[in-house]
Amino acid sequence: MDLGQLLHSLFFDYTVRTVALGTAILGIVSGMLGAFAMLRRQSLLGDAISHAALPGVVLAFMITGLKAPLVLMTGAAVAGVAGVILVIGVSRHTRLKQDAALGIVLAVFFGFGLMLLTFLQQNPDARQAGLNHFLFGQAATLMERDVLVMALFGGAALAVLGLFWKEFKLLSFDREFGATLGFPMSWLEMLLTFLLVIAIVIGLQAVGVVLMSAMIVAPAAAARQWTDRLGLMVGLSGFFGAVAGVTGTAISTLAGGLSTGPVIVLCISAIALISLLFAPRRGVLWTEIRRRRQHAELAMVLKGGRP
Amino acid sequence: MNPALEVTDLTVAYHDKPVLWDVDVTAPAGILMAIVGPNGAGKTTLMKAILGLTPVAAGSVRIDGKSYTQQRQRVGYVPQRGSVDWDFPTNVVDVVTMGRYGALGWFRRPGRREVDLAMHALEQVGMHDFAQRQISQLSGGQQQRVFLARAIVQDADIYFMDEPFQGVDATTERTIVTLLKQLRGDGKTVVVVHHDLQTVAEYFDWVTLLNVQCIASGPVGQVFTEENLRRTYGGRIAFVERDALATGGMALRSFAPAATAGGAD
Repeated sequence: MDLGQLLHSLFFDYTVRTVALGTAILGIVSGMLGAFAMLRRQSLLGDAISHAALPGVVLAFMITGLKAPLVLMTGAAVAGVAGVILVIGVSRHTRLKQDAALGIVLAVFFGFGLMLLTFLQQNPDARQAGLNHFLFGQAATLMERDVLVMALFGGAALAVLGLFWKEFKLLSFDREFGATLGFPMSWLEMLLTFLLVIAIVIGLQAVGVVLMSAMIVAPAAAARQWTDRLGLMVGLSGFFGAVAGVTGTAISTLAGGLSTGPVIVLCISAIALISLLFAPRRGVLWTEIRRRRQHAELAMVLKGGRP
Repeated sequence: MNPALEVTDLTVAYHDKPVLWDVDVTAPAGILMAIVGPNGAGKTTLMKAILGLTPVAAGSVRIDGKSYTQQRQRVGYVPQRGSVDWDFPTNVVDVVTMGRYGALGWFRRPGRREVDLAMHALEQVGMHDFAQRQISQLSGGQQQRVFLARAIVQDADIYFMDEPFQGVDATTERTIVTLLKQLRGDGKTVVVVHHDLQTVAEYFDWVTLLNVQCIASGPVGQVFTEENLRRTYGGRIAFVERDALATGGMALRSFAPAATAGGAD
């Protein structure tokens, strides 16, 4: 397939278009909410949430016997929220710090999810087939109803983000000052974390629980390199996420056998890598050049010359 | 008239260990009060407990006769400079505008009026030219002045400032002192966690000496004595110059040899 054909199918091929639309939505939502997670140093929480969602997906199927996106996403969200509550509980009521709590919750939930999956697979019941796609995702299975649900929930999450923009900024920059202004910071924190859960859950089918955290961390890390303004950073982060989603879909369509989720993750990682290396002012290259220049100037001054 | 601040029997514990024990502090309106004490004395905790940021085990706080939650809009806060991430993607005027968020309430975004107030406050602290500057590019003193400007736009009646003089340059120190006097001139009350004993008598009217318990609290002239400092700091206060102490002059002469002896170690 050449490039022209690819572009044609992105717009006109029903399947490709649906998948591209779905991955773009997941990229935008996870990118924008991931930006806040990164600024609040909670990127790892995203990783714990996505892993914790796995048993929720499997249990939701086991209880209802349905594989409708809404059912599985609800299960994932409930398990994700339970994981967050457990992380907070463990770090608050034991002497364990948050990183340890995150590690424990991630491993326990994910392990439990894997166990349920293998248990189901021993079952002769074939209806469970496809649930293991939630491990690494399978964007190709995205259907119109999936994309519709993603758009609905993602859109709602972004609308809430816009509504509480000022309050979330305050929470992220100076929580205690915000508390003295009378804003209920714990409540806002829960709300923002819940939005993050939504962002993760809508991406699970396409990208999978193992790789989803990359869609939270990488767009935000890339966007931060290019701007010093919060609004622009969040927007750019969503844009990078969408670009990675569509590009990943295109590449995996071109290459045929490649599974879309990992390709999307590689795309966003490439964007993040380029940003970390080459962004003006904050990039590695830029800081290295500046450091060398300062060294040279200092050497000149020390030798008695003028820089 | 109600005292601007009245702290009664305040006790704060962390993991069963008391950080503040039965603290009573009363400050009349229109004064500048320093809170001093050694490291770990609970100065910041006292401030955070007053502001409802730290749960208290016992005791009460009244601001102008009412509970803090009722008076919130009249209280301004300058946290420690190091308590936030200065690499946050935002600029100076945006941070200062945050001081208006409480008055704006839910959902309303800052507009022209808020930006004007912020610019005016930045002028007061000599940071007008830095309004569009990314906050990661500020020096420590400039960061402190941004936080002060943010407190100014709060337009509060009582201010709590946590170590505003910590590690700042001379310009910033002068700006803070001028600002404190200006606030007092406007009838406002300012409570400052302070670490430099040398400047207590010069900058402040009242002082609270704290070391888990409140050792003494009152007008600098009455309570900032060598005896009280010794009780607050143990043997570690000898570096305070005589003329920096409240009792200064003749009254202190008799203590001077002891202070010199202490200074040797």
